Amino acid sequence: MRRALAACLALLLPACGQQQVPAGPDLALILAAGPAETLADYGLFADASARQPSAGVVPYDLINPLFSDHASKHRLVYVPEGEAAAYRGGEDVLDFPVGTVLIKTFAFAPDMRTPAEGERYRETRLLIHKADGWAAYPYVWNEGETEARYAPAGAWLDLAYTDPSGTPVEINYRVPNQNQCKTCHQLGDAIAPIGPKARNLSHEGPLGVGQIEDWTARGMLFGAPGNIDAIANVHDASLSLDARARAYLDINCAHCHRAEGSASNSGLWLGWEEQEAVRIGFGKHPTAAGRGSGSGTVVIEPGAPEASIMVYRMDSAEAGVAMPELGRALIDDAGVELVRAWIEDMPSEN
Amino acid sequence: MRKLLFAAASVSVLAACGGAGDGSDSDASGNQSSVNGTTSGASGGTIEAGDDFALRLQTALIEAQPGSTITLPAGTFAMTDGLTLDVDGVTLRGASPSETILDFKNQMGSGEGLLVTSDDVTLTNFTVRDTKGDGIKSKGADRITYSNVKVEWLGEPSEDNGAYGIYPVESTDVLVEGSHVRGASDAGIYVGQSDNIIVRDNIAEFNVAGIEIENSSNAVVNGNVVRNNAGGILVFDLPDLPVMGGNTTLIRNNLIEDNNTRNFAPPGNIVASVPSGTGVIIMANEKVMVRDNNFVNNQTAHVLITAYSQDFSDEDYNPLPRNIEVRNNTYGESGYNPQGDLGELASLIGGNLPPIIWDGVTSWGGNDETDVNIFINEPDSVGFVNLGLGSYPMDVSAASPSMDRPAGESIGAIPTVKLSHAE
Repeated sequence: MRRALAACLALLLPACGQQQVPAGPDLALILAAGPAETLADYGLFADASARQPSAGVVPYDLINPLFSDHASKHRLVYVPEGEAAAYRGGEDVLDFPVGTVLIKTFAFAPDMRTPAEGERYRETRLLIHKADGWAAYPYVWNEGETEARYAPAGAWLDLAYTDPSGTPVEINYRVPNQNQCKTCHQLGDAIAPIGPKARNLSHEGPLGVGQIEDWTARGMLFGAPGNIDAIANVHDASLSLDARARAYLDINCAHCHRAEGSASNSGLWLGWEEQEAVRIGFGKHPTAAGRGSGSGTVVIEPGAPEASIMVYRMDSAEAGVAMPELGRALIDDAGVELVRAWIEDMPSEN
Repeated sequence: MRKLLFAAASVSVLAACGGAGDGSDSDASGNQSSVNGTTSGASGGTIEAGDDFALRLQTALIEAQPGSTITLPAGTFAMTDGLTLDVDGVTLRGASPSETILDFKNQMGSGEGLLVTSDDVTLTNFTVRDTKGDGIKSKGADRITYSNVKVEWLGEPSEDNGAYGIYPVESTDVLVEGSHVRGASDAGIYVGQSDNIIVRDNIAEFNVAGIEIENSSNAVVNGNVVRNNAGGILVFDLPDLPVMGGNTTLIRNNLIEDNNTRNFAPPGNIVASVPSGTGVIIMANEKVMVRDNNFVNNQTAHVLITAYSQDFSDEDYNPLPRNIEVRNNTYGESGYNPQGDLGELASLIGGNLPPIIWDGVTSWGGNDETDVNIFINEPDSVGFVNLGLGSYPMDVSAASPSMDRPAGESIGAIPTVKLSHAE
């Protein structure tokens, strides 16, 4: 044992000064009580700039991502060798085993109409399934993109870029602090992933193959049936407004607006599977909205988006009004338009 | 075990490498600022004034050990984002509310100034000022203590102020004492969906509602000064919320004075319906005792007992106040300038309103009339009106006011609230 330790020390010492990274995911570090100082320490990538995933670290994406100021998000998952996630139903996040790491890097390019050109990594968030539950750690990249350091208190980044509609924007981009990570990822007293629900993964991902089938073939996932209903793509205009809007609310709102979430006390629950009209906002008066209610008296007023608090809060970037409260400095104009059209299209009750 | 040792070794070796980035960080498309790369220290202790105060404070709040105390120095500190605390047993202590001020006027994100989500937390001796949303919120934070804390919005009361000042919600064992809240556009001290609550010896002024107990049970509101709000103390139960059935609240020994500030709540919120000049409002709640308070100069009414006023579909919800007792209070001038719907109703009975008003609603949704037991246990010299609205939903034109007191009986003593974490 002692010899093994000495060997590992010898291996690590040369790392000082030259940013060497471990060969492959370091499960001991992944499962350690606290976070590693830098992203590279985990060995999830073969290079310090985190462009080349280590063996066993698999890129994926979601049909519908959360809006985050138009950031490009590069997602990867690491499931320890010999372990596998369990399918729990299309509506549920996969049951990832202890040792799983979900990696999400937020990147911006000078012109987000061509997001790959001149792309810069800004922050990487890790969700790690420790032995006693999930932990969330934010890492912030240096300017040279040679190192991402643990930043428990988050950061403000001054960013300027052209948004996908061609409009130049300058924002104070917020890297959330570690507790803010938990605010969105809260599930009762624990924290949990939000995005990788089976139905939100069920399409061809960045590797060009069906993700559910691919993960199953890799041995990372078991129990998934052959054809899982995919969630409606919010940008697919061929689908119904209702399906698209509900899918939008599901990924952008329901992580807090559900019984186990940070906004549980609002009684406004916006998950895809919610059926009760008043919980979705129909005829629902605000509980603690304050000036976030604008001039509206109900969350959704059918046929009248301008009188619906939901639209008012989505269409604001001001702290104290804006929803979601965390994770954006900009308004998601496309999302606002979608929800506006959805409410407009509803038969008025008057 | 081997894995743990390996982890410890690699962490210590890596830490020895030291160095936080290369420091050169300017770029045409973005400047990096305020990144914290350290993980050492800061488990409790004093946060020194100086550069990156907000960052260092937030780091300390994250890295605090359970049971530790974080001390804030004297000074006014600019905050750009909401602070969050999620470690059990932490005490956050300033020098005093007048000396330690967390100033959020340039806040760019988050829905509140400070969010507490852990248990057994004590907040004391500091001020939270000018937050964009709520002041201090504690959610699912059992056995929390707010003591000698100030939450304020400077300037004239404004619709642009945040909603709640001190805002514990979904918690068991809540103590708010010796604190001061000013300027909230909803309730200064708001306790929601909680159980076992003491709100005592606070000052709540220039809020829309001074103190509000909502969808909660077993609350004592005692010894507070509640003045210059639109409404003084509210005890409400609202539909369509995860916790309903608000009950068992004692409002005692409070000075409830001059609550004649205009109602500056944004429309849509339930408190926007509070008539300016109301001392206590009990709405859709069960078992509320209002006794031994001193009511002074509330222009609409000192005590208003009313059914829920908006539409609802929740089948589990009872919109009526029932088992309410009002006794042994002192009543100064009131009812001389009634506001809102009550202003219209006042014209039916000669223009002025008596100090105690009940809407007289005893049934809803087609149900039979119920014995709601409203007991006005005051000398005959204390004025009262039953508006006689009869059934919910309320139709003001159906009012048939009567000065006769309903036949009620005492609801008995409200049990003493014993908190597990404080006397």
